[in-house]
Parts: sequence; C-alpha cells; structure tokens
Amino acid sequence: MYNLIGAGLIVIGAGIGLGQIGGRAMEGIARQPEAAGKISTNMIIIAALLEGLAFGALFLGK
Amino acid sequence: MHKFLSAYFYYFMKNIATKYFHILAVFTLVFASFNAHAASDPQEGGIVDTKEEVEAYILHHIKDAHDFSLFSYTDSEGERHHFGFALPVIVKSSKGIVSFMSSEFHHDDAGQVVVDHNGMRFTKIHGKIYELDAGAASVAFDQEHHPTNATQTLDLSITKSVMGILMIGIFLILAFSSLAKQYRTKQVPTGFGRLLEPLVLYVRDEIAKPNIGEKKYRKFTGYLLTVFFFIWSLNLVGLTPLGFNVTGQLAVTAALAVLTLVIYTASGNKDYWLHILWMPGVPYLLRPVLAVIELAGALLIKPFSLLVRLFANISAGHIVVMSLIAIMFTLRETLGVVGATSLSFVLSFFITLIEVLVAFLQAYIFTMLSALFIGMAVAEHEHH
Amino acid sequence: METLLNDFSPGLFLVSSILLIALILLMVKFAWKPILTALEERETGIQNALDAADQAKKDMESLTANNDALLKEARAEREALLKEARELKDKMISDAKAAAQAEGDKMLQQAQEAIESEKKAAVADIKKQVASLSLAIAEKVIKSELSSDEKQQKMVADALGDMTLN
Repeated sequence: MYNLIGAGLIVIGAGIGLGQIGGRAMEGIARQPEAAGKISTNMIIIAALLEGLAFGALFLGK
Repeated sequence: MHKFLSAYFYYFMKNIATKYFHILAVFTLVFASFNAHAASDPQEGGIVDTKEEVEAYILHHIKDAHDFSLFSYTDSEGERHHFGFALPVIVKSSKGIVSFMSSEFHHDDAGQVVVDHNGMRFTKIHGKIYELDAGAASVAFDQEHHPTNATQTLDLSITKSVMGILMIGIFLILAFSSLAKQYRTKQVPTGFGRLLEPLVLYVRDEIAKPNIGEKKYRKFTGYLLTVFFFIWSLNLVGLTPLGFNVTGQLAVTAALAVLTLVIYTASGNKDYWLHILWMPGVPYLLRPVLAVIELAGALLIKPFSLLVRLFANISAGHIVVMSLIAIMFTLRETLGVVGATSLSFVLSFFITLIEVLVAFLQAYIFTMLSALFIGMAVAEHEHH
Repeated sequence: METLLNDFSPGLFLVSSILLIALILLMVKFAWKPILTALEERETGIQNALDAADQAKKDMESLTANNDALLKEARAEREALLKEARELKDKMISDAKAAAQAEGDKMLQQAQEAIESEKKAAVADIKKQVASLSLAIAEKVIKSELSSDEKQQKMVADALGDMTLN
C-alpha cells in the first residue's frame, strides 16, 4: 500500500520534471528552430537521467 | 535524429518492397499462426484466464527461462503441451560443474521435480536452480516460501537470454563482417550493408565524436557501436513473439553497465580523478564531502542509472504490451469476445509501435550516456 | 530493492559479461576496425578529391589571370610596335621626301646650269656665226657697194647701228 503511494509520488515528480524538460525544449526550439537538433538531443539526455532517477526510486521501493 | 529515422525507414521500406518481401511475408504468417495459437490458449481450457493468472504469467515471462518455449496449451484430456525446446543447464554445484538438459525438470518451476546427477539433487524454484542438501529427498519450504534444505547454485546455464545473446552476437558478427568485407572491393556497400553503413556513421558522428571529442573517439567507437547494435537488436527481438527478454534481464543490463563503468574508470585521466577526489575551486572543508558524493556518483549512481533505465524500460514495455494483449481475456466478460479482442488489438498495436521507438531510443540513450561518461573521463580540462 | 536483488542472477551476469566482452573483441577485430578504416579512407579520399578540385580551380583562376596579363602585355607591345612602325614610316617618308627634294633641286640646278652654259655656248656660236655672216655680207656688200664712197660710209654707219641690238 505504502509502496503504491510512494510510486504515485515518484510518478508525479517525474511527470512534472519531464513536463518541464519537454516544455522548455519546445520553447527553445520555437525560439531557435535551427538549434532543434541540439536541443532535442540534450532533451533526451536529461529526460533519460530523470528517468533513471525515477526508475531507481521506483525499484528501491519495490 | 529524425533525419536519421526517416532515412532508416526509407531504406527499410525500400528493402521490404523489393528484396525481402517474400521472407517478410513468410515471417508474418509464421508469427501470426503463433499468435493464433497463443490466443486460442484459454479457449482450450488453458490456465491463463483471470487477472491474477495473467499477472503471474507476465511476471513469469519477464524472467529468464531454462527452456525455449514458444507457447503451451492444455488439450481436451487435461494434458499440458509445450512447444519449444529444452536448453542445457550448467550449474556450479558443491562438487564442481554439472550439466544436463532442462527437459529433465519437465517444465516444473516450483521445486516438485528433483533431478539426480552424480549423487547431487537439483530442483528449480522460480527460475533458479537449487542444490538439495545431502540426504534431502524433496524440498522443504519455510513460511515465506524459501527453501530450507537447499542452496542456490551459481547458474551458468545456456538460458533463453544467453541463447538470445549468442544468436544476436552471431547475427551482428555475420552482418558487420560482411559489411567490412564489402569495403575491400568497393567504396559504397550494396544490399544490406547499405542499410548498416548510415547506422554506423550515425553512431560514430552523432554519439561518439561529439561526446568524446575528435581526438580520442576512435578508441571507444568499437565499444559504443557494439553496445548500440547489441541493445537495439535485442530490444527488437524482444518485441517479436519469440518471447526473448534479454535487455529486460537485470544481469544483462548490469553486465553492460559494469563494462561502461570499467571503461570510463580505466580511461579516466588525471584531471578526471582530480575533479572527483579533490575538487579545485571549492573551500578545503567541503572537498572531502564532495569527494564522497562524486565517488558515489561515478562508481555507483552512473552505472546504476544505466542498468536500471534499460532494464525498467524494456521490462515495463513487455509488461504493458502483454497486459494490453491480456485485455482479450480479462475484459471478455464485460466487453464480449469481439469487443475485448478488438480493443486489445488496437491498444497493443499502437503500444508496440511506440515500443519499436523505445527499442531504438533506449539503445541510443545507453550508448549516448556511455559516450558522455567516457567523454567526461577523458576530457582535457582548461586549467583554472 | 529486495525484488530487484532477487531477480538478479549472478550466473547470467557472469555468462553475459563473458559473452559481451568476447562479442566486443570479435566485432572490433572483424567488423569495426575494417569498417571504420574504410570509412575514414573514403572520407579522406573524398576530402582529397575536393581539395584537389579546389586547387585546380584556383590554378585555373591564376592561369586565367596570368593569361589576361599576358594578353594585356602583348597588346601593349603590339601597340608600341605599331607606333614605332608608324613613326619609322613617317620618318622614312619625310627623309625620302627631303632626299628627293634635294636631288630634284640639285638636278634642277644642274639642268639650269647646263641650260645656262648651253645658252652661253649657243649665244657665242650665234655671235660667231653672225660675225662670220656679217663678215660675208659685209664682204659682198662692200664688194658691191663699195663703188662709191658715200655709199660705203652710210652702210658702215647702218651696220654698226644694227649691231648694238645684241
């Protein structure tokens, strides 16, 4: 039960983070479309790091 | 990346349209018939029907197996039939290495069947091989369902995952050595090599070069390329109904992550270690604290995040796809056979498409982060 | 964490590590090294070809520039030659003219001198002939006329009067 609450909290946190990353990346691309390639690469890397954190937390709780 | 993906799909579609159409058609038919068998499982009185059974089945599939089984069903006489073949079991027991075929367990996974070999008794519980203590005839369990009179062995078997690794390894060696041979006679490869060359160039130019640097990338490109194609092809094989889940095995992703760890730790230069152990530009009192954090980051957190990310993504993908396929059975009573089947088909179809993207993305991210970590370790810092 | 550790199979870790290292070594030896070398060779080949093309273009440009300069020089030279020739021609013409003038003048002078001397000779001749004629006439007249003194006197006077004409 507590595991599930913890998992929910992790997912909320990760969701906010991913939303921030994605949103800011889109803003950046909209402002400078010619930098889209670099921005999306970095976006994926940061999202992957966040994902690693979230998964790590999820599995620590499991 | 999009440019690359579209180029890849262009080549892929072109190849499908021309050369490999027949092969692909045959594959599709074979897989379709496998799926039809799997789907007909519950109708024939199979065991996977309720939510709990589906969950158990999925969790069982996610794990490694000692035999290669495509599907199984129970016939009208109540007898289980298994389609697939047994794989060799190799375990390090108390008296050295023992090997026998996994068919001797008769698909038992609960410690019921005991195999006798050279006076040692083995049994399989939840995918793990246990050696019974001397004198014990059958496994005794405690309240938490842990065996009390058996010890776990070091399992070096050719399991399903090991078989997958061998298969993909042979495939990769054949595919890329044939590409390498093509360069002896011509400048631009033809056929399958033309599909592989842009992928190699992509990994070299987009992953290795920008992250490691022009000067030093060459030494690490071999590792990055191998890891990229290894993970990607195993991810894709995991999406076929053959039921491989190699990159969803913690041990395999751990092996990959540890290799990356070893490579970037071994190739770290003086500056790298200086920045970890005695960070310049920081008050002296803080430096030991930072060193502990940096050391943990470099030796534990980085590889841990690498291994957990790949494992979790692929396992989660398999769980989601299988759960959506299982809608067919779990929602049959609410939506009817046609409704549940079509819902399940539509949902699992689109999730599978996303999983194809994830298969590439995870290979890309693993390679990218490995390159990034290696790049951090070999970077030439400007002196402060 | 417990489930995670329970799922972890040390044997599989060992086997897959060994297989992975073997795969990496094999791939590096039989695939990546030749492929990357071939790709690099191809790229340097393309780069060299591009550089050579650039160099050729540059050479071509400098050659054209050279040609232009040469052409200009040749044109100037031709111009100079033409000018010189023209000057020479003018000079020659004027020289010839002067020479011809001098010659003509000289010839004219000679002619005039010749004419003058001829004239003088002719006049002298005429004078001589006139003198002899006059002598003959005078002889005859004298022979016929010298019959009377009066008449002789008169004739002499007349003759002398006529003589002054020349």
